[in-house]
Amino acid sequence: MAQHNKISIAITGSGGSGAVTTGLILLEAMAQAGFYGLMQRSAGPQIRGGESAVMLRFADYELRGPGDAFDLWLALDWLKVKRFVDEIPLHDDSQVISDPEVGEPPDEVSDQQPEFLGLPLKHTAATIENGRVNMVGLGVLAAMLGLSVDTMNKAIEKTLSAKGKDVISTSLAAIEAGMQLIPAGSMPLTKNWQVATGERWNISGNEASGLGALRGGVRFVAAYPITPASDMLEWLAPNLEKVGGALLQAEDELASINMIVGASFGGVASLTATSGPGLSLMLEGIGLAVASETPITVVNVMRGGPSTGIPTKSEQADLNQALYGPHGEAPHLVLAPLGIRDAVFTTHWAVCLAERLQTAAIVLSDQSTGQARAIVSPVPETDIPCKRLTAQAIDGEYRRYALTPDSISPMATPGTPQGMYTADGLEHNEKGTPSSMAPDHHAQLSKRRDKLAQHDYGEHWCEVDAAGETVTDYLLLTWGSASNVVHEAAERLRDQGYGVMVVAVRLLMPLPVPQLKNAASTAKNILVIEHNDSGQFYHYLMSLGAISVDAVSLARPGPLPLRPNEIVVAVTGDQHE
Amino acid sequence: MSESDAVLVKPKDYKTGVKPIWCPGCGDFAVLSAVTKALAWKKLAKEETALLSGIGCSSRLPAYVDSYGFHGIHGRVLPLASGLKVARPELTVIAVGGDGDGYSIGGNHFMHACRRNIDMTYIVMDNRVYGMTKGQASPTTAADWNKSKLTPHGTGIPPFQPLSIALAAGAGFIARGFSGDPKQMTQLIVEAIEYPGFALIEVLSPCPTFRPEQKEWKHQVRQAEDIPLDDPVQAAQWLAADDGMSSGLIYRREHPVWQPRHDLESTLAEIEQAFSI
Repeated sequence: MAQHNKISIAITGSGGSGAVTTGLILLEAMAQAGFYGLMQRSAGPQIRGGESAVMLRFADYELRGPGDAFDLWLALDWLKVKRFVDEIPLHDDSQVISDPEVGEPPDEVSDQQPEFLGLPLKHTAATIENGRVNMVGLGVLAAMLGLSVDTMNKAIEKTLSAKGKDVISTSLAAIEAGMQLIPAGSMPLTKNWQVATGERWNISGNEASGLGALRGGVRFVAAYPITPASDMLEWLAPNLEKVGGALLQAEDELASINMIVGASFGGVASLTATSGPGLSLMLEGIGLAVASETPITVVNVMRGGPSTGIPTKSEQADLNQALYGPHGEAPHLVLAPLGIRDAVFTTHWAVCLAERLQTAAIVLSDQSTGQARAIVSPVPETDIPCKRLTAQAIDGEYRRYALTPDSISPMATPGTPQGMYTADGLEHNEKGTPSSMAPDHHAQLSKRRDKLAQHDYGEHWCEVDAAGETVTDYLLLTWGSASNVVHEAAERLRDQGYGVMVVAVRLLMPLPVPQLKNAASTAKNILVIEHNDSGQFYHYLMSLGAISVDAVSLARPGPLPLRPNEIVVAVTGDQHE
Repeated sequence: MSESDAVLVKPKDYKTGVKPIWCPGCGDFAVLSAVTKALAWKKLAKEETALLSGIGCSSRLPAYVDSYGFHGIHGRVLPLASGLKVARPELTVIAVGGDGDGYSIGGNHFMHACRRNIDMTYIVMDNRVYGMTKGQASPTTAADWNKSKLTPHGTGIPPFQPLSIALAAGAGFIARGFSGDPKQMTQLIVEAIEYPGFALIEVLSPCPTFRPEQKEWKHQVRQAEDIPLDDPVQAAQWLAADDGMSSGLIYRREHPVWQPRHDLESTLAEIEQAFSI
């Protein structure tokens, strides 16, 4: 196996110090240099000008999640850094770069005993007209990583193009000055790294979901702003317009969910995006989509909860609500992207399933996916059957909710002669006329259940990483974004001699239980891993009888991200007992 | 006009034959009749027309009209109709409902639909009571109405002023009809459909079951004079002075209609290109 090289870098600063911009440019520069990367971000509660931290990880292979500790930390200042210190664990060989002029690091940092590299960032910035400290710091990182001036120039041009020529030239001058602070001839940290030659993308999880929506044919989006979903909606606004679609800003989430139901009733694939509080408000509308069999997709970018919770940080805590939220018995779809790149496919697939099965799909992304950016290989267009079954030439009486062998009834779109019907959230008969009669209720309940239960979801319901193992000591069973660290934990465990299989579930409801049981059948031990406090996925699997009572739950809430090592320890610790 | 449109000139052609759930004497029968007359007058193709509603007695109306229809959830008819109209601008979209649906649970949407000005008609059948839940006070109920078990001392709250609020929120077509004057109501619906933008018709539609005193409305409602107004200040004064019993098209002024813009154009492949390193 080829040597895999990687490095983790944190950049922190108080309000206005430009930590996020620094991270974005470094990510682009490493991409230009031929590497892969991931940039997650953490912000304080301020709207603007608050402290922020970016957590970067680079590699010469397509990495998926964060590591355990940071190798380099560029601290632009130490103000309010205590808010982030838990999120930036260090190891024995970590290096912390800061300017002695900004003062001593707090005890929480020095107690970890990293190597401190004091550099005159402020003084250097002052030598350049309008020079900024963050750009000098970026130059230091660039030199340490072995990035050329030319590469930095390209990254700056791309990232700061909207800011004008003066900002670009000033920034580049500051970067070059920062590069001079590292002695020439130092060994670059990326020496011996493999350089990728193929095309790669620089994309955020929210953009990836937006792209998946467009690929799925979404042409109407209703939007109410909410962190951390807003930037998906902001990406969709101009791009939807470009392909002939429309985005309507709603007055609240009650409106946005009903707007997409109305647009979809009109025959246009429709989507909205929100986060926990918004999903709570949308549940009644989701039930309406299920009962009226109107296809819709809701992307829920999860954040810490309950209530307003932690809007800027990640948690996988809305699974229960996504599964069980709508009142009555309302069969629907729940999916979760397995990381940033997969958000393109999973959102695309969700839209297509909603269209084909004439129901609601909830996509559970999260802050660690949505607001993170990654350098990934391009996502090829997938040929997913996406067409809604519509009623064409209607002969005789049209029955919108007709009972059919696959329980899917042709849907008449307004404009279709003889297809007039009234869609209804009231229980109804096959024609759509309201009915509270037992036979109608039972028939329509079964119809809405069976069309989902009987559908062949194929192989996409999960991603299996068995690495050719024949004996499975451990099955690591996970879902959504947690899968990214689980894959890395599995690799490390295999290096230690464990037989490990990962099953990362993309389609949570309806869950293909027989297939899951089959995958689990060879495992001696099962560990269910997720990023929440109560083990929602574990309890869901238990309730379905999908896993045995011996399975162990590894559930840990946010806001700190899951780390590969805690999974490794969970496995090896068990072994030693 | 297609061949099928040409023969659709009778109001009864727009009825589904589903028997209304309404009580004998309910004002909503007259609204149903006026809607079908207006559709016939306009010779609208059934399949190009959509009636949408929320929840309540009056929200049952779409099932009785032979057009596309959507009986949605309580209070949300305006977002439902807005989504449909934006997605399918060529359709004639008519939203209907009651005073509780539109002014209480849907009050926020009411204000924003007025200011957003998407091209649709909104008919509110106002009987100043929640009929479907058996007679509770609604936002338009007088403060001292004490016939509901829920508010035995009356609500103690001044009633909601839908037309003044619509005006303040930016609506450009504000009318009041009366179920006892179906001819005027039909005319108002026709004009509302023709108006380019959000058109509100508040209909005084008596509830004989829970508000039997509303039978007297036929002696109280009168045709308003010197209308329509097109000056918002005059209209505000007129509405403030009105006792709520004058009918007709009160205010009409055209505002820019919200519609999606398509200034930008490119292919999906070009959009994806922006992600390339």
